[in-house]
Amino acid sequence: MSALTQPRPWERYFWPALAASVLLVVWHWSVRWSGTTVFPSPLEVQKGVAELARQGVLWGYSVASLRRVSIGFSAAALLGVPVGLTLGWYPAAAHVVNPVIQMLRPISPIAWIPLAIIWFGIGDAAATSLVFLAALFPIVTTSMNGVRNVPSMFRRAGRNFGLSPLRLLTSVIFPAALPQIIMGLRIALGVAWLVVVAAEMIAVDSGLGYLVIDARNSGKRYDLVVAAMLMIGAIGLVLDLGFRRLEQIKSVRWGFRE
Amino acid sequence: MTDAAPTKLRVRGINMVFERDGVRTPVLENIDLEVGEGEFLCLLGPSGCGKSTLLNIMAGFLSPTSGEVTIDGSGVTGPDPRRVFVFQERGVFPWLTVEGNIGFGLFKLSREEREQRVAHYVSLVGLQGFEKAYPQELSGGMKQRVEVARALAVNPDMLFLDEPFGALDSITRLIMRSELLRIWQAERKTIIFVTHDIDEAVQLADRVAVMSVRPARIRQVVEIDIPHPRDFSAPRYLELRDGIFEQIGLAHKV
Repeated sequence: MSALTQPRPWERYFWPALAASVLLVVWHWSVRWSGTTVFPSPLEVQKGVAELARQGVLWGYSVASLRRVSIGFSAAALLGVPVGLTLGWYPAAAHVVNPVIQMLRPISPIAWIPLAIIWFGIGDAAATSLVFLAALFPIVTTSMNGVRNVPSMFRRAGRNFGLSPLRLLTSVIFPAALPQIIMGLRIALGVAWLVVVAAEMIAVDSGLGYLVIDARNSGKRYDLVVAAMLMIGAIGLVLDLGFRRLEQIKSVRWGFRE
Repeated sequence: MTDAAPTKLRVRGINMVFERDGVRTPVLENIDLEVGEGEFLCLLGPSGCGKSTLLNIMAGFLSPTSGEVTIDGSGVTGPDPRRVFVFQERGVFPWLTVEGNIGFGLFKLSREEREQRVAHYVSLVGLQGFEKAYPQELSGGMKQRVEVARALAVNPDMLFLDEPFGALDSITRLIMRSELLRIWQAERKTIIFVTHDIDEAVQLADRVAVMSVRPARIRQVVEIDIPHPRDFSAPRYLELRDGIFEQIGLAHKV
C-alpha cells in the first residue's frame, strides 16, 4: 500500500485489524514468557470484562461516568460559548478578563480536587464540577478566538447590508466562528473525559475511574484494572467519533480540512 | 460622463494619511472626482497605490484624513445598503448556500418577496441548478457571480467593485466582464470599479481615472468613447489603451 494509491476497500479494515492483532499477540506472549502473576493477559482481561458485565458494574459505572461528563460538559458549553463570544466581540472586556483566564487555564483540573471537595464534599457534585471546570477554559478560549478570527471582510459585508449589531452577531459572527467553536467543544469533551476518570478516583464511589482504583485496592485485581482502562478508551473513542460527525454538517464543513 | 447625467458621487479634496508606529504614510493626495448617475467608472492604478483605500472611503468603510465624499448631495458617514461593496469572491459567506447568500441582505422582505427576488438574481447571474450548493462546491467564477448577485439583490443604486475578477483565470475573467456589462446595461447602476489591469479598464468603463503611484493623485481622467460591445482590435481601442500605457509610464512591449 503506497501513500499515493487509494487503499482497496478490504485494506481499510485489514491493516488496522492486523496491527491490533499483533499487539494482542505480543501482549499475550510477553505475559507468558515473563511468567508474571500480577499483570493480566488479554484472555484474563476479557474474562474480567465479562465478569464486570455480568455483575452489571460495567454498564452502571459507564453510565455514572457519562452522566457526570454530560452534565459538566453541557454546563461548560452553555456558559462558555456565550462568554467566549462576548469576550471576542468586546475586546475591552477581553482585555480585562483574559489575564485571569490565561492564568487559571494552565492549572490542571486535578489540582482543583481538594478545593472541589471542600466546596461540594465527597460526591457527584465535586466530580461534576471538576469536569465543568476542565471543559470551561478551552470552550471560552476557542469561542473568543473564533470571533476574533472572523475575517473583516465578513463583518464589512454584514455592516454594508445594514445589519443591526445583534443581527450581525447572530447571522455573521456566530456562523463564521462556529467551526472553531465546534473544534473547541471537541477538545473540551476530550479533556472532560480525561478528568472525570481522575476525579472519580478520589471524590466518588462509582464510575470507571473508581472502578480502576477500587479493583487495585480491593484484592489487586489487575485484570479488572485493565478491563476498566479499555472501557475508558473505547468510550472516549466513541465520544470523539460522534463529535467528528458534527464537522460534516454542510454549514460548518468549510472550516475544516478534508 | 454624458453631460445630461446628474452627478451621483462627488469627491472633494480627499487626503488620506495612515499612521503606524509614529510613521506617517500619505496614501491619497488631494483627490477630486465626480461620477455621474448610471456611469461606469474605473479607478486604474498600480498595485498598492491607494485606489482600494479611495474605494473604501467612498463606500463609507474608512474616514478620510481630510476632504469629503457626497452621494446624492449628502455626506457619506458609513456603509449603506443603497451602495454595496463587492469584494473578490472571498466575501461570499461559506456557511450559506447560494440562495442564502443572495438573499442575505433581504431580511426585511417577506418570505415570498425574498424568494422571488432570489430566484430572479439566481437566473440573472446564470446559477440555476446551484441554488442549494455551498460556496466550497463552486468554482471561483461562480462564487464571484454569487457575490455580484448578493449585492444586486438589495437593489442598490451604486456598486463598488474592488478588483473583483483579480483571482479568476483569464478566460473566466473575460466572461465575467461581459456578464457585468450585460447586468449593468440591464440595471443601470452607478459602478465604480477598481483595477490595475489597463485592458480591463478600457473594455469596461465609460471613463477611466488613472492614478499615480503612492501617494496617489488622479493623473488624468480618460473618456472611453467606444460603444459596447467593444472590439479589442479596433484602432480607437488600441489608441486609448496605448495612451493610458504611456500615461502610466509603461512600455507596452515585453
